[in-house]
Amino acid sequence: MTEKTVLNATHRALGARMVDFGGWDMPINYGSQIEEHHVVRRDAGMFDVSHMTVVDLHGARTRDFLRHLLANSVDKLKVQGKALYSCMLNEQGGVIDDLIVYFLGDEFFRLVVNAATRAKDLAWIEQQAKAFGVAVQERPDFAMIAVQGPNARAKTIGLLHEVDRARIEKLGRFAGAAAQGPHGAPLFVARTGYTGEDGFEILVPVEQAVTLWNELIAAGVAPCGLGARDTLRLEAGMNLYGQDMDESVSPWEAGLAWTIALDEGRDFIGRKALEAQKVAGVPRTMVGLVLDDKGVLRHGQKVLTDRGDGEILSGSFAPTLNKAVAFARIPSGASGDVRVDIRGREVPVRVVKFPFVRDGKPCEGI
Amino acid sequence: MSEIPGDLKFLKSHEWARVEDNGLIRVGISDHAQGQLCDLVYVELPEVGSNVQAGNGAAVVESVKAASDIYSPVSGEIVEVNDNLNDKPETINEDAYGDGWIFVVKASDRAELDELLDADAYSELIENEDD
Repeated sequence: MTEKTVLNATHRALGARMVDFGGWDMPINYGSQIEEHHVVRRDAGMFDVSHMTVVDLHGARTRDFLRHLLANSVDKLKVQGKALYSCMLNEQGGVIDDLIVYFLGDEFFRLVVNAATRAKDLAWIEQQAKAFGVAVQERPDFAMIAVQGPNARAKTIGLLHEVDRARIEKLGRFAGAAAQGPHGAPLFVARTGYTGEDGFEILVPVEQAVTLWNELIAAGVAPCGLGARDTLRLEAGMNLYGQDMDESVSPWEAGLAWTIALDEGRDFIGRKALEAQKVAGVPRTMVGLVLDDKGVLRHGQKVLTDRGDGEILSGSFAPTLNKAVAFARIPSGASGDVRVDIRGREVPVRVVKFPFVRDGKPCEGI
Repeated sequence: MSEIPGDLKFLKSHEWARVEDNGLIRVGISDHAQGQLCDLVYVELPEVGSNVQAGNGAAVVESVKAASDIYSPVSGEIVEVNDNLNDKPETINEDAYGDGWIFVVKASDRAELDELLDADAYSELIENEDD
């Protein structure tokens, strides 16, 4: 049974091409994925991301619980409203999911986790929460709209109640706050995203989501499908769970070392395994690849190096660069010529640092 | 959806074949197929002089989201390819039945043409597919 967000009929009325996306019937584009990609890089676009799972955590020991649950340290969250990106690991150091955690009160944190991993995430979180007396509450009463692009914030702020505008204008990166939207809708507006552009991710009560969506269209924000979201996040160097990492991969091997906080005395799940891997040496590493030749890098293609084979994780044509880029997991220490097997043809690629695109422009050396 | 030209014959896998005045067979993909694939970003053309078999892969088109094999509707020798697609693969999106043609085959067995769908039958096929 395919699930639908509250905006499903709205997408169809806009002529969206719908596809199954982790059990959800979601728009992949409304005509041209490439144009939607460009509108986010140059102006403002929006995505229905209501399929994502919002989980509220309440209880006196919620912070202690998150110190244990997450590989990044919630102690970095000192100011109410601040957010943090983290992996949630199993005991072997494998990634159960990646998520954003918001600090909303001394006894109240909010998680946003992936749609495709919803059931296992909730089971894991509930199982771990028991010992801390933390209440785990899913929030299906929220829809979620991501408004992204250089003009996204200005176009969104114009729709907020006057008394909230200045405060939301000043909202720092990776922070969220409550605000009143069109017709008094109580919104939670966070300056986060998955495109590499500035913008907001907005939680809105399900019954007011269609109105907010239509008001955003009227304000000049273009509806964009999840196809464009995927090429935008790849260019921005952001991982996709299930493609770039999963439970068989540790953050060390997924370009996520920056999200691991080995702060002293914090006993988080997977820490022992991560430390052991670090001592032993991590056998594989995640790199960026650029194909200067014609063709498209795709998930699953074999990567040939002087240290053995690797594989393409996320790979696509990158509309901002007008060529193909990819993440690949290859043997650590590989150097020299790297090639990708595209339908039996060995094509040379360049190993680069990612992100590939920042602030709407190609990064140096891409 | 643009009108399907009546002189075309189709494979179920959405390739079209047009018999030219000189007897050669021009091949492309249908407007319906380009719409399904969305923005095309790369076309891998066959080599002129190579041989193709009916129903086998002869070219590859890549959209942002996926790579798709293009099957030859007839067996024979490739005598011409649309080099313009190297720089402008989106021509297929813009004009699937015209400037977006992919290759031309000199058919070795013209009877294979009789096994293809006519425009009406193809039109019916894609209508049912949309349900």
